[in-house]
Amino acid sequence: MMLRRTIETRGPPAAEVAGMATPAWRVIVFVLGIVVLATIPFVLKNFYIFQITLAVIYAIAILGLNLLTGFNGQFSLGHSAFYAIGAYTAAIMMDGFDISYIWTLPAAAMVCFVFGFLFGLPALRLENIYLALATFALAIAIPQVLKSSLVEHWTGGVQGISIIKPDAPFGLPLNSDQWLYVYTILVAVVMYVGAHNLVKSRTGRALIAIRDHPIAASAMGINVSLYKSLTFGVSALYTGVAGALGALAISFVAPDSFTFQLAVALFVGLVVGGVASISGTLFGGLFVLFVPNIAEHFSKGLAGAVYGVILLLVIYLMPTGAAGLVRLIVSRLVQQGRASGR
Amino acid sequence: MSAPAAVAIEVPRAAARAMTAAPLIDVRDVCVRFGGIVALDCVSFTLPERELLGLIGPNGAGKTTLFNCFSRLYTPVSGDILFEGQSILSRPPHRIADIGIGRTFQNLALFRTMSVLDNVRVGSHPLGRSDFLSNALKLPWTVREEKSLADIAWELIDFLDLGEVAHRRVADLPFGMQKRVELARALAARPKLLLLDEPAGGLNHTEIHGLGELIRRIRDERRVTILLVEHHMSMVMSICDKVVALDFGKKIAEGTPAEVQRNEDVILAYLGTTKK
Ligand SMILES: Nc1ncnc2c1ncn2[C@@H]1O[C@H](COP(=O)(O)OP(=O)(O)O)[C@@H](O)[C@H]1O
Ligand SMILES: [Mg+2]
Repeated sequence: MMLRRTIETRGPPAAEVAGMATPAWRVIVFVLGIVVLATIPFVLKNFYIFQITLAVIYAIAILGLNLLTGFNGQFSLGHSAFYAIGAYTAAIMMDGFDISYIWTLPAAAMVCFVFGFLFGLPALRLENIYLALATFALAIAIPQVLKSSLVEHWTGGVQGISIIKPDAPFGLPLNSDQWLYVYTILVAVVMYVGAHNLVKSRTGRALIAIRDHPIAASAMGINVSLYKSLTFGVSALYTGVAGALGALAISFVAPDSFTFQLAVALFVGLVVGGVASISGTLFGGLFVLFVPNIAEHFSKGLAGAVYGVILLLVIYLMPTGAAGLVRLIVSRLVQQGRASGR
Repeated sequence: MSAPAAVAIEVPRAAARAMTAAPLIDVRDVCVRFGGIVALDCVSFTLPERELLGLIGPNGAGKTTLFNCFSRLYTPVSGDILFEGQSILSRPPHRIADIGIGRTFQNLALFRTMSVLDNVRVGSHPLGRSDFLSNALKLPWTVREEKSLADIAWELIDFLDLGEVAHRRVADLPFGMQKRVELARALAARPKLLLLDEPAGGLNHTEIHGLGELIRRIRDERRVTILLVEHHMSMVMSICDKVVALDFGKKIAEGTPAEVQRNEDVILAYLGTTKK
């Protein structure tokens, strides 16, 4: 009895074992991932390094959205707004105040957390589709606000703000694209580990409990309103950090980069990666960045249509997202392994 | 955190009653209205610590409504509910579990996508102190907290014989097992008072037999005071210390199971029509 208990508390829950990698699998995947990530900046051209950096940045933004929608069950069609606020926080700090890019991420994180939390408070009153609508309004409003003459002095109006790409520190032999790649990966690791810890903790269980049954969650002593608005804040924090990283990577911000289209792109990334999946958001980031390019490659005139077809195919082929598909394949493999092992 | 003593020390109930002058719960003239419907009409009763009170009455009598007042989902238009001598009506719904009131729901209210273990661990939420930041950083004390919450959960999972399915999604389990998960979840915050809303509903005969036994054990071994809403008369009559009967929101009888069973009004309102 005791033995079983200690073993099982350490292993992943069977709800996941049913479909997820065994620990050995995980280690292999993890090591492979590190090796691939570490070689990328030395074997690929700068442009591709830049693109992968962007994909990872989108992945972080999608991770933020997933904490909110996937784990806590609150919809948002307005995460482009938090991305924009993060990006502008970074750009204004660097351009207007000459502050080092290092400080832009914590600042963007704080600003977006507060903004998200404050937005989440009144949004508590809204049920699903109304919340989607309210966040949509936010997405529509933000580019306009950024252009407005009231804040033009700081935001640069329609022109936006150009910033200088940071160079590698400590005389590291990396060009700025390589360094930004490394920097983004480091930040991403911190953000992903944090999200993973959170989701697997008492707080994370409370978030999922609220999504599954808010009344029961509150009967279990969970302060549903507080957790929901804090989750909004944390979600905005993640997406805002991504926005700040995006500003550094592109070294330019302008209102029209943060339209409703970006919000939809993040939502698409969330769904194709897998709702309530942390690792799936990486696939989501890659999808959001590369699939429109691929679609354009097929046919310039019909890029939108091709994109639509690809999206439909992906949804039909992977109804539970990339994460769901991987889970399915691994569980099949594990079952086969067991069957042949016997 | 230590597991509750496996062997309960039997304090003679009469002596226990004498020691604690104030009852654990004191329901005073509680009235609840929904538009024109009077769901509870000046209902009063008390329940001493470690007793098992059966709350009976036909469908629509107001039993669940009373539980929802305890859970602060509904607020009485008048009257008060005291728990350990203090009114609970000024507390928000999420501050009920932490004073020691746990409940199950008439229609299952489990966290469907979560495993049995996770459901039970959510039940112990009030025992933890961790928050977003400390959990995201996985600070050492949160790791210890996780361990102690897991220990509590495992002890209950063993108590309710759910070990085999601990890592399964609750939605995939048979109904009877889901009901046990709810019970485990309700016990996970170590409540002093347990509100059980039709725990036998939907169970088969063998399961019901085991359930009556289990409820008694929860009271005796875990020293939990229990308020039991149940239609299954033979179970109520065999395990309860006291029974309160409601009909159309009014208390129509109160007393020992035998007394209530003989009561004319009860027979008319309830036993006469849906005798089991
Ligand atoms: N939220 C509500 N809104 C309106 N009427 C309600 C509500 N909850 C309960 N009622 C009414 O209150 C009465 C008592 O219901 P309930 O407490 O569920 O009965 P019981 O649990 O004894 O079967 C019923 O007439 C029911 O229709
Ligand atoms: Mg009921």
